[in-house]
Amino acid sequence: MDALLQFIFSGVTVGAVYALVALGFTIIYNASDVVNFAQGEFVMLGGMITVFAHQAGLPLPLAALLAILATAAIGVALNKLAIEPARGAPVVSLIIITIGASILIRGAAQLIFDKQLHRFPAFSGDDPIRVMGATILPQSLWVIGGALVVFFGLWLFFTRTLTGKAVLATANNRVAAQLVGINTSWVMTLSFGLSAAIGALAGVLVTPITLVAYDVGVGLALKGFAAAMLGGMGNPKGALVGGLALGLLEAMTAGYLSSQYKDAVAFIVILAVLFVMPQGIFGKKSTERV
Amino acid sequence: MEARRKWIQLAVLAALIAVLPFFFPSGYYYRVGALIFVNGLSVIGLVILIGYAGQISLGHAGFAGIGAYACALGPQHLGLHPGLALILGAVISGLLALLIGRPILRLKGYYLAVATLGFGILVSMLLTNERALTGGPDGISVEDLGLRALLRDLGWRISGGEFWYGASGIALLVGAWLALNLFDSPTGRAMRSLHGSEVAASTVGIDVARQKLRAFVISAVYASVAGSLLALQNGFITPDVAGFMHSIEMVTMAVLGGVGSVLGATLGAAILTLLPQVLTVFAEYEQLVLGAVMILVMIFLPQGLLPSIARRLRGRGE
Amino acid sequence: MSLLDVNGLGITFGGLKAVNDVSFSVQPGEIVSVIGPNGAGKTTLFNMISGVYQPGRGTVALDGRDVTGIAPNRLAEMGLSRTFQNLQVFQEMTVLENVLAGYHLQERGPVLADLLSLPSMRRRAARAREGARGLLARVRLDKAEGQEAGSLSYGALKRLEIARALALRPKILLLDEPAAGCNAVETEEIDALIAELAAAGIAILLVEHDMKMVMRISNHIVVLDHGEKIAEGDPATVSRDPGVIAAYLGAEETEAADADG
Repeated sequence: MDALLQFIFSGVTVGAVYALVALGFTIIYNASDVVNFAQGEFVMLGGMITVFAHQAGLPLPLAALLAILATAAIGVALNKLAIEPARGAPVVSLIIITIGASILIRGAAQLIFDKQLHRFPAFSGDDPIRVMGATILPQSLWVIGGALVVFFGLWLFFTRTLTGKAVLATANNRVAAQLVGINTSWVMTLSFGLSAAIGALAGVLVTPITLVAYDVGVGLALKGFAAAMLGGMGNPKGALVGGLALGLLEAMTAGYLSSQYKDAVAFIVILAVLFVMPQGIFGKKSTERV
Repeated sequence: MEARRKWIQLAVLAALIAVLPFFFPSGYYYRVGALIFVNGLSVIGLVILIGYAGQISLGHAGFAGIGAYACALGPQHLGLHPGLALILGAVISGLLALLIGRPILRLKGYYLAVATLGFGILVSMLLTNERALTGGPDGISVEDLGLRALLRDLGWRISGGEFWYGASGIALLVGAWLALNLFDSPTGRAMRSLHGSEVAASTVGIDVARQKLRAFVISAVYASVAGSLLALQNGFITPDVAGFMHSIEMVTMAVLGGVGSVLGATLGAAILTLLPQVLTVFAEYEQLVLGAVMILVMIFLPQGLLPSIARRLRGRGE
Repeated sequence: MSLLDVNGLGITFGGLKAVNDVSFSVQPGEIVSVIGPNGAGKTTLFNMISGVYQPGRGTVALDGRDVTGIAPNRLAEMGLSRTFQNLQVFQEMTVLENVLAGYHLQERGPVLADLLSLPSMRRRAARAREGARGLLARVRLDKAEGQEAGSLSYGALKRLEIARALALRPKILLLDEPAAGCNAVETEEIDALIAELAAAGIAILLVEHDMKMVMRISNHIVVLDHGEKIAEGDPATVSRDPGVIAAYLGAEETEAADADG
């Protein structure tokens, strides 16, 4: 029982990170129909920039803020320099472009920073909190809280603000959105900036637990992508649920079956879900018009 | 007309393979050439899947891994000749593709991408984690094919590099010949029609699911044979052959050169295989350059290098 | 027994009954037209008959066999062929290859023979090529056979689709607005082609906006409005039907109002 709770704690922590990456995927996908494989690199950048800014003497909160802003700027640049010029390209091309961007960012990070593992101090210390026989790190609470705050923030943004509604309208029908006067190019810029910032925030929150190096992005991108798919691409609620489900699944597998195959089971479940529900759990069914 | 174009392309390819060694500054380049041909072979498989049938796979390195490890494990555990192990690997890959292809190919676009990606990752995890069998992440040695010894007994002494350059070159030519045959055949036309409009394809009687499956199986066999050849010529193999990055590399090669074109795909394989060789001096910049090349080509030459160049030349001619 | 029997066919999209309880039948060699204002459900009806959409209710029978909801490729094997209102051409293939795709059922064979380019495959392909060239000549596209289909004009693409559909040697041909976007000469050619096909015993089911053409060539007309069949009969009967006139006048009035606004 204690073990189960322990696995749930670690699963929810990891799942919250996956959910944040998946939310990033979702925002960009909604605004532009692009699946951004460089999403994991935003998480890496969030962690790395914070580490080096902190080492350079900035106080941690300021270093984190700088990391989030710098990553958001990189996200905007990615959109302006690589995605917008390829507007209307087939899915395969867009996949190659964003994977190319991810390799490029990784290569640059390796040159600018280094290849070492880094961390910075946890926000509220490293003393585990005891809950019913299991323990949880205070930093885990920061991660989980961060994911929830981002999720509700996005929910408010999309349902209560005009800009958020413009993003949704663009996702629904780009041409129609343009016709009613929405600047869809601005919506895309905003989406890339926002989603890069969310990725960087995830990196800032999780680095004290998992450490960060220039190459942590690929794994996170794959897991976040899988989580987003699991929940149904383009659905923020799906991203949250998919991320948490994936995290829990991995923790349970690692705990009860085999830690080597924890990643494998996640992909098996994703394949199974896609076979049974080709649109994901929360995805919409659409009829092709001819 | 079409037949003539096929033979011209094959002749160009054969001439390049035959003539290039005269320009090699050292024996090392035979190894590089052989690597290009092996990569070219697996990329031609992707031309059939992506270029002809319009389906994406981000997990084809998984099949390359099966082919490679069949050649490593077959001789060791089943006492198979490495050549037979190559065939066994191809059969296993083909059957596996047949089995998973049906549910996977119902998916479209990004969903298909993630499903194939998942498959590839599962294969590479198996190869990494089943240490007892596969030697784990450190890799495993592969028995020699024995053909070179046979040639030596017949009085023909050639280096390992030269042998594999020739053998992979022939494999590439055969692969290109088959793919070009397919292009201008009833099956090839059916596959290519899916790319245009699946609905229209099905209303003219084409079994869409079946044609997708065929393309998937054929391309899996290509990847498997290429993986086997890679294992045999290196005499050693690690799970990286089945890894996500290798899958991505394969797709990038195909798209870079021109995914609808057999020659273009080979060109793409050549460029991406040479890139790290050229950049060895600046090894740290390799990823940076690779990423930039991927983005720039997709933006400025979306059809891929060869078709874009061909189009430009034709445009000037008129 | 009719060649095609449509009985109580219906489908719902998002709570809206796009087509509701439509029944009619088509005899061999007969030209039946489906008409109605925009949005009446004509194309949706076609999509259900040809297996592209799964009907929500009702049945479709071909040659007396129930074929409701059967996949389009199976229907093609049974002799049903169609064209599309918004063109579905294989853009990146040549004009000839587009028609050859229509010969798929006749030219297909073992995949190994295709990979190895065996003589058996070449014989199959040569026969199909000969037939395809004949069909291209019939729709006056023989000069363009080597061009990429994407480079053709709209009217030419319409004819290419008809040639591709004919390649199946169908018993019944569904034509969705074959004359849309064609000039007067082209329309007349299509007109003549349809009559010729019907005379050869092929049943034609036609959706067309050109009323003159419909009235001239149809044996039987089915009128849809808001997804329901409101009238049926020979051209003379239908054109006198008050319900039909009201539906069309109503549509025109709204269109006129739209034009004013």
